Amino acid sequence: MIEMRELRKDFTVRVKAGRLRRAKRTVSAVDGVSLSIGRGEMVGYIGPNGAGKSTTLKMLTGVLTPSSGHVSVCGLTPVPQRTRLALRIGVVFGQRSQLWWDLPLRESFRLLRHIYRVPAAEHAARLRRCRSLLDLDAFLDTPVRQLSLGQRMRGELTAALLHGPEVLFLDEPTIGLDVVSKQAVRSFLAELGGSGDVTLVLTTHDLADIERLCERLVVIDHGRVVHDGSIEALHERYGSRRSIVADLAEPLPDGFELPGTKLAGVTANGHRVTFVLESSTAGAAVAGLVAAVDVRDLSLLEPDIEDVVARLYSATDAP
Amino acid sequence: MGELRAYAALGAAQIRSATAYRTSFLIELFGNMGATVFDVLTVLVLFRATPALGGFSLAEAMLIAGLSAAGFTLADFTVGNVDHLKSLVRAGTLDAVLVRPLGALPQLLLMDLPVRKALRVVFGFTVLVLAVAANDIDWTPARALLLVVAPVAAAVFFGSIFVSSASLAFWWVDSGEVGAAFTYGGRDFTSYPMSVFGGWFRGLFAYALGFAFVAYQPALALLGVPDPLGLPAWSGFLSPLVAFAAAAFAAGVWRAGIRHYRSTGS
Repeated sequence: MIEMRELRKDFTVRVKAGRLRRAKRTVSAVDGVSLSIGRGEMVGYIGPNGAGKSTTLKMLTGVLTPSSGHVSVCGLTPVPQRTRLALRIGVVFGQRSQLWWDLPLRESFRLLRHIYRVPAAEHAARLRRCRSLLDLDAFLDTPVRQLSLGQRMRGELTAALLHGPEVLFLDEPTIGLDVVSKQAVRSFLAELGGSGDVTLVLTTHDLADIERLCERLVVIDHGRVVHDGSIEALHERYGSRRSIVADLAEPLPDGFELPGTKLAGVTANGHRVTFVLESSTAGAAVAGLVAAVDVRDLSLLEPDIEDVVARLYSATDAP
Repeated sequence: MGELRAYAALGAAQIRSATAYRTSFLIELFGNMGATVFDVLTVLVLFRATPALGGFSLAEAMLIAGLSAAGFTLADFTVGNVDHLKSLVRAGTLDAVLVRPLGALPQLLLMDLPVRKALRVVFGFTVLVLAVAANDIDWTPARALLLVVAPVAAAVFFGSIFVSSASLAFWWVDSGEVGAAFTYGGRDFTSYPMSVFGGWFRGLFAYALGFAFVAYQPALALLGVPDPLGLPAWSGFLSPLVAFAAAAFAAGVWRAGIRHYRSTGS
């Protein structure tokens, strides 16, 4: 569905070098990205600010012309075939509206039907589905400028889907939304991606979006792909492990060892202990622990993706 | 066909949006007339001081000013708002236009169709009609055709200047009012007989850049007056060709500009 090979985008920036002189410097926003995304995949595209996420998305949608490399989406090359491609993809830029500011939401949808030349019946069916899934009815007749951010984002999602796109690009779709609206957007996208017809690429800073939606995670930093795979693979690679936290009746005896794990912390006067799983399975470790000491309470912690990603960003931060 | 309906829907939406703020719309509609009225008044005032300007009588000079005003107001109404490109480029909001399945330039123009400038067009053409009536024109089929074609060609010419100068924003975000030197400056230049300008200035603007063919040469051809600057009588009929060349140039600049668009981070 989407192919990128050695895709690059260089920007020339002029930096002040003295009173009148400007020195030219070339900055690679995207520095040789190669990716292949199949039909129906849901891909999370993450990276720190300025990593090149939006630039990549803009090259995929035909907004920006690549400096070099190859890109194709739905079998089309975005820049010369921009308008043909636009009929087959949907785009939601969190910070750029597709809606008409002064017109009611309903009117924007009607206009989009003309712009995308969608048959009336198809358009009505898709709108009906979005209306029920995204709860649009309460503000369908409100001018867009009076909508809350959460309402507007639900409108933007609908606007991007009314022509039945094969690929949906979402650039920070949950930015600035409150918890409830984020949930609404996520469940909607999960439902959409679950059908398997739509390929979904989203950039975000909110890793909960990714955990909820995407099996595949692409991490980009300084314009290069630093990870491409599942969230589990990311944990695997960066050594983040699950851990067992136990509350004990008696303080942990000195020198206690649980095979296949590493003691990561002892708090509350030795009453609370944390073991990180290394070679042991969770079951074996729990059984070993319960057999050795009197355990009052016990929990199994999943590794925190925020931590992993924060470590990943700082690891690649060195210029 | 579907595309045309899409453009029509866009334009209609813009008109509805503009009229959403009714009072401000009406004020702008009439306020906008003022500027164009003053341009023509300037020519009239000049003739209070002198009976002839560059060898032309008041009526003849009004025909030149009328052709220029008709062409310019039509271009300003339809294409003038391409000027907003620089704010779209600066804010990166051109992205939203580029992800739609329609040409970027027509979308830009229709999304911001300045309905409030409509009265100016009426005024521009009124001046032209009055000027035609004031002159004793020896009508031939060719001249009648020219009277229809010349304002349209002038509009295409000015429109091309609007597009080319707005495209500067793709390379130079702070282009500010540089473009206005060519658009509004060009309108003022074409309102007068070329014989009032001199030397290299006339050579550059009138002939190298083609401004003489917007109003001056067609007016001479309509009047049947020989050009004091020596161009043959048929040169007035070149105005569509000059307009076409300008449009081709503008299209090239626009395309190169779109490819050079950098968007903004987000």
